[in-house]
Amino acid sequence: MLTMPPFAVVRPRSVDEAVDALAQGGRLVAGGTDLVPNLKRGLLDPKRLVSLRRVAALRGVHTEEGGALVVGAGTTLVDLAADTRVRETWSALARAAEVVASPPIRNVATLGGNVCLDTRCAYYDQTDFWRGALGHCLKTCGDVCHVVPSGKRCVAAFSADTPPVLIAYGATATLVSARGSRTVPVAELYVADGARHLALDPDELLTEVRVPRPGPGARAAYVKVRSRAAIDFPALSIALVLARAGDGAVSDVSVVVGALGAKPRVVDGLAAIAAGRPLDEATIGAIAERARAACHPLGNIDIDADWRRAVLAVQVRRALATLGA
Amino acid sequence: MNVVGKRRPRTDSADRVTGRTRFVDDLTFPGMLHAKIVRSPHPHARIVSIDASRALALPGVHAVVTGKDMPVRYGIIPWTHDEYPLALERALYVGDAVAAVAAIDEATATRAARLVDVTWEPLPHVLDPEEALAKDAPKLHDEARHGNVTKHVELVFGDVDASFARADVVAEGEYFFAGSTHAALEPHCAIGVWEPTGVLTVYSTTQVPHYLHRELAHVLSLGADRIRVVQPPLGGAFGGKSEPFDLEFCAAKLAMVTGRPVKILYTREEVFYAHRGRHPMKMHMKLGATRDGRLTGCDARTLIDGGAYASFGLVTTYYSGQLLTAPLALEAYRFQSTRVYTNKPACGPKRGHGSVQPRFAFEVTVDKLAEKLGVDPIDLRRRNLLAPGARTVNELLVRSNGFAECLRRVEEASGWRDKFRKLPFGRGVGVAGSFYISGTNYPIYPNEMPQSGVQLKVDRSGRVTVFAGTSEIGQGSDAMLAVIVCEELGVPAESVRVVTGDTDLGPVDLGAYSSRITMMAGNACLQAARAIADQVRAAVAKRWECAPGDVVLAAGQAMLREDTARQIPIAEAFQWAETDGGTLGAVGSYRSPKDVHGEYRGGTIGASPAYSFTAHVAEVEVDAETGEVKVEHLWIAHDCGRALSPVIVEGQLEGGAYMGFAEAIFEQHDFRPSGLHRGPSLLDYRIPTSLDVPELHALIVESSDPEGPYGAKEAGEGPLHPSIPAIANAIHDAVGIRLDALPFSPSRVLATLQEERRC
Repeated sequence: MLTMPPFAVVRPRSVDEAVDALAQGGRLVAGGTDLVPNLKRGLLDPKRLVSLRRVAALRGVHTEEGGALVVGAGTTLVDLAADTRVRETWSALARAAEVVASPPIRNVATLGGNVCLDTRCAYYDQTDFWRGALGHCLKTCGDVCHVVPSGKRCVAAFSADTPPVLIAYGATATLVSARGSRTVPVAELYVADGARHLALDPDELLTEVRVPRPGPGARAAYVKVRSRAAIDFPALSIALVLARAGDGAVSDVSVVVGALGAKPRVVDGLAAIAAGRPLDEATIGAIAERARAACHPLGNIDIDADWRRAVLAVQVRRALATLGA
Repeated sequence: MNVVGKRRPRTDSADRVTGRTRFVDDLTFPGMLHAKIVRSPHPHARIVSIDASRALALPGVHAVVTGKDMPVRYGIIPWTHDEYPLALERALYVGDAVAAVAAIDEATATRAARLVDVTWEPLPHVLDPEEALAKDAPKLHDEARHGNVTKHVELVFGDVDASFARADVVAEGEYFFAGSTHAALEPHCAIGVWEPTGVLTVYSTTQVPHYLHRELAHVLSLGADRIRVVQPPLGGAFGGKSEPFDLEFCAAKLAMVTGRPVKILYTREEVFYAHRGRHPMKMHMKLGATRDGRLTGCDARTLIDGGAYASFGLVTTYYSGQLLTAPLALEAYRFQSTRVYTNKPACGPKRGHGSVQPRFAFEVTVDKLAEKLGVDPIDLRRRNLLAPGARTVNELLVRSNGFAECLRRVEEASGWRDKFRKLPFGRGVGVAGSFYISGTNYPIYPNEMPQSGVQLKVDRSGRVTVFAGTSEIGQGSDAMLAVIVCEELGVPAESVRVVTGDTDLGPVDLGAYSSRITMMAGNACLQAARAIADQVRAAVAKRWECAPGDVVLAAGQAMLREDTARQIPIAEAFQWAETDGGTLGAVGSYRSPKDVHGEYRGGTIGASPAYSFTAHVAEVEVDAETGEVKVEHLWIAHDCGRALSPVIVEGQLEGGAYMGFAEAIFEQHDFRPSGLHRGPSLLDYRIPTSLDVPELHALIVESSDPEGPYGAKEAGEGPLHPSIPAIANAIHDAVGIRLDALPFSPSRVLATLQEERRC
């Protein structure tokens, strides 16, 4: 079998201990479901792992007085998806959590790990032997991109299920380091460079995610396009939040799409084509077309990019029709 | 029958699902080393030099072997020995083995393997079989007589041109069957143990211990009498472990060099490189019929992409044509099949070896013919059934034949009459049929000895031990042997021990391939068990002063047929027999009948003592906007002659249909232009999860074959065949498109639908 590289593990018991440990260098591991396969494939070679398993303070879901949902980064996906409040009020988040991989993985994988999931690429998520045979790429130690040969920036695919939903809901993330803490919109956690797509500093720990309560009448959906009904990472991930006025007219709509380039794409220009209009076939068609035009699936995932683009429009249309029904 | 045909769980199921089964990788030996194989990163390259000094300098490394340590060619087919355990001069695909390193543990071996410095001279490579046929194509094997051709077969039966001249309707197509691999859960593993006495034991995940035994003797220049091959229970094989691999030779050689046991366990990636999976085939298939729906002739041309080595390719090439001549009768038939070497992992046998691909092309062409004729495709098949006891156009003797019943069962169970051409757009049903061999009629190396032997030891405690050379690979062959013993000797299942997969203990059996074990080892076991039963009945009859024929052995007792109250425990009956005749034991063996095929060159390949028959109906839902195909149901009617263990037979029907469905919709064993496998992992190579699987309806049909034990035939491979064309035909019924290439991925379906709309 593939063997693990050697590394040390430190096991802090509190957030303070964790950020102190992190300040001394090392890589965080929570559920390990993303990290461990990457270690075995030789994609990373950390000398030290900081395990969050014993940091109880990172686990748990609660709602704030103003109604916002706060999810500890160490909350497992299975617990998140099963939470009654989440299922009732932030159903698209529950959906995104429950379609990650498979039950054994969701039992240990955490929300924080999903938010910080490494980008993935058909040319990167391979063994050391395979990558060596092809020639190393921008995301490892090479100077070429096998997806976009003329490209200078890595376009590995953003492959996590929950962030597009969090972004569509307008969620924020709390980042803590030994230097202090800050709160940033989840949308700003990512940059368009697949080799280094997280905007976190190396000594920062994601402690919790805060999701505002959707306004009255708002409805949300998460659509995961993938080959199989389980296991697979998304070939497309589509989060939608739709708010409507009393007369049924669209007051706000957001569409966030993952599994394109290195960060989720927030489809822009939707207000101009949808706000104030009835959610009829024409409006839905215009939103779907806008999403299609704004999103460019790439060859970083081994599922035909043209097909993914065609299906994106279909899925946006269907999801909106369902939300509007 | 007291035991045969009764539903009971497999005796090994509990161990398998609770983790108690000991697979090869679960075995460890004192002082055991672990080895890793160094593989070529190039699809085609000359080995200029190999320098192992850096690897050997690493603490914990014990030995390195290269091609020069085993410079002997081997191959599963005696006429195509074209492989070395480790490549000697050239590597022929990405993943070809060139050296092996043994060290104190797996991590050290892995590190050391990276320190073996191979100097390569990359050579031009060829991946496409058509390009490989070009005159100026890079040549893979110097000894091949015709460029990159492994084997070319052309056979003609009857006047094919006249048959098409007579046809009122002709249907044809160009088909492509993408390759697929077995994806057994258990990766290949081997352990070599070298005794100071000069005896080599190799524990292996092989499904052909006997052939491995022979090849080890050949390559290592050791007497076969000094070699023992042990095959513990396997975690699946499906044909992917039916020939020797680099790891068995390397584990053995490294054990001999170091004097310590050596284990090699493939990574999942290495399993993809070892491959020997289903050959990609480009097929032209043409069928003619008269206006009243009688098939006249069939003309097939097939180009087979073999990968880097021959493997079973000679047989594959014949099977691709020979196994199309039933269940529908043909008046005239011609096939031309050519297998070509390419710089990719070698293809070989996968469940339904050689015939799944042409069966797809054939059954879709039949569907096209039915459409042109305006006839229901089930009715069209009924008009062309092979007569009972008939020979096929290529002279295969088919005795039992339950195909008509298979058609009836799937037609009824699926509600075909209410569905075909009647479901709303997007939903459809399709039908297909097939047949398959119950064991290849001849061994791989020509000899007149039995293909299967069984030895029974009967103990005065009441225990019966079956010694057989068969391989339990998850298919249930141990249970099959036990059923026969229980039926004949009346012992309870708990009293039977089945010892298989060990060349020191069991008589030769050729292995778990070509769906041969029930037919061949089953008959051998039946013969041995009946010999014992005769002795036991005679001993009881003597004491009861009755005729031996009046004694029944059943339910753990020997009893009088006319007065079953008169009975003694079977153990006591065994003791009487042992008292009378000495130690109780018997052997049985099986040789296939030789008058069941044509006398022409190649007539023996495709011949079998008996043939199974299968019909499927698939029901699908096609999303015409996304191209996604959901297979809702597969009805699988299979004529297995007689179901010795119905639970196991149903499992085979479901498993085979699942595997065909997986190939139809999901699997892509595909390569990048550089010769790299696109995704050698179970994340990228997508086999369906339990959530993706259709409702599988297993329908057992029993035609009772005169040659099979209790009438039994195979159930392991046949049931896969019709899945793929049935799904293709159902997609046509649903949305009106023909998919002549695999897999039926959403992108292909959507592109085909869009193409159709443009027309």
